[in-house]
Amino acid sequence: MVDNVLTIKGAGKKRGAMDVLCDVSLTLRAGERVALLGHNGAGKTTLMKSVLGLTGLDKGAIMVAGYAPGSNLARKATAYLPEAVSFHKALTGRDQLTLFARLSGVEKSKIGPLLDRVGLGEAADRRIGTWSKGMRQRLGMAQVLLGQPKLALLDEPTSGLDPVSRYELYTIIDEMAANGTAVLIASHTLSEVEARTDRIAILRKGVLVADDTLQALTAQAGLPIRLRVRARDGNTDRIMQALGGKRVNGASVELTCDAHMKMQQLRRITELGDLVDDLEMTTPRLEDLYRYYSGDKLQ
Amino acid sequence: MIGRVLAIALVETLIAMRNRWVLMATLIMLLFSLALTFAGSAPTGVLGVDMLTISVASMTTLSVYLAPLLALMMSFDAIAGDAERGGLALLLSYPVTRGEVLLGKFIAHTGTLAFAMTIGFGTAGAIAVWMGGADADSLLALLRLVLTSILLGAVFLALGYALSALANSVAAAAGMVAVLWLVLVVLFDLGLLGAVVMDGSGTFTQKVFPWLMIANPADAFRVWNIAAGDGVALVTGMTGAADSLPQWVAPLSLLAWPILALLAARFSFSKVEP
Repeated sequence: MVDNVLTIKGAGKKRGAMDVLCDVSLTLRAGERVALLGHNGAGKTTLMKSVLGLTGLDKGAIMVAGYAPGSNLARKATAYLPEAVSFHKALTGRDQLTLFARLSGVEKSKIGPLLDRVGLGEAADRRIGTWSKGMRQRLGMAQVLLGQPKLALLDEPTSGLDPVSRYELYTIIDEMAANGTAVLIASHTLSEVEARTDRIAILRKGVLVADDTLQALTAQAGLPIRLRVRARDGNTDRIMQALGGKRVNGASVELTCDAHMKMQQLRRITELGDLVDDLEMTTPRLEDLYRYYSGDKLQ
Repeated sequence: MIGRVLAIALVETLIAMRNRWVLMATLIMLLFSLALTFAGSAPTGVLGVDMLTISVASMTTLSVYLAPLLALMMSFDAIAGDAERGGLALLLSYPVTRGEVLLGKFIAHTGTLAFAMTIGFGTAGAIAVWMGGADADSLLALLRLVLTSILLGAVFLALGYALSALANSVAAAAGMVAVLWLVLVVLFDLGLLGAVVMDGSGTFTQKVFPWLMIANPADAFRVWNIAAGDGVALVTGMTGAADSLPQWVAPLSLLAWPILALLAARFSFSKVEP
């Protein structure tokens, strides 16, 4: 399909006897924001580096905007933000961006506005060695925006950022996607990714175990809803007789039920009337889904 | 391509200047050159050569050790350092080839060395001329010294890149270039000397030794400077070794080395997975 900015087909890579990537297939369309989740060492960075052409594959094929990874045209179409990016200490932010602009053939006049855009306007002519981690991360983001890429690969973009900067970063990501850039975000921070991405892909020991929208993944996983019923005046036993479940903290009972049984269970709880003091309901969140798909069984 | 090479070279020059590398290298060259020129000013009368010739001879011996050392100190970090900091992966995600990155660094670092050599040897030479005179021959010898020192530096810059790409870390790269310096600049000559002593004036000494010696860039540098200038040869007492080979061999060796070393660096760099 022409629409696909990134196509990964059956990608496999071995390091020694270990499979770093095993039959990974993933596509990104223009304007799509996809979260790539996985434990440390699950293969996220390796996958990104093979898309960049820095690491070769043993099996499978990758196409970036219709070109082979690592080719000049593919590199022109791609922007990359490495994990914990560090620039040369002796250079200023403006020096560093000027180099990147020269390499990718972008007008130098774009650099000033871009530095202002990420909030580095004032620090631009100071050496990067004197900058905070958050500022270096912003500079990394500025160079992502530099060439108006078709594909942006962001490896842990929010690590080391304060909450306000994180929010700003996702605003920038949203804008890029709105302008048609396909964005692949490798992350550990599930709560952010949950709200800010269109699709979620989960890597587990080099295998892609999930690749769908949050809703579809939730339905597919069939994770139970958790209900916590607090008993009034020590009536825990009577509630347990009626509903089953397990005692928590002495005064509460915890129940689980499947999504489609939710209303029925709620009716049974209301029938208990005055015995119930309070009710707390927790629907599965990305964290539960992540643990489900990445192999940690829920308790 | 030229634009990208120059962009890298410009940034690397900025780094060399801001890290005070340019200043340090120039100061080192200047101090040692001046010290040798003043210390070596005694034997002019005895040998009947001018002061600049003596100065050039002393500085040739100095440069054999110092040019490779400075070059390796500048180059060992070039690839391993960038890879360790994570900047290399980012740089290579841009439309720039590894060859262009290497060439850009090489131009910047060679420029830094050239600046330091020209100022250091130039100043010492100028003082020698002012104190004890010079003629066309000794001025030519000084020019030759500066140019060949830059070439020798370039060889070790490229060898430094090759090892920097080969090493897994900056620390390992530093260790490897230290060993390289020791082997090529110090131990190689001692080994050859030992072999010659053992062999007496047999086939090895007659046929093999000169070629082995000239294959080492540091010795090629020494021989080129000494063989080309009679005065310098006279002062250093190394006429014998230099005369046993055709005149063109030493220049050829020293000119071929930077190219071969750069090719080796390019090959070694292609194996790096940042």
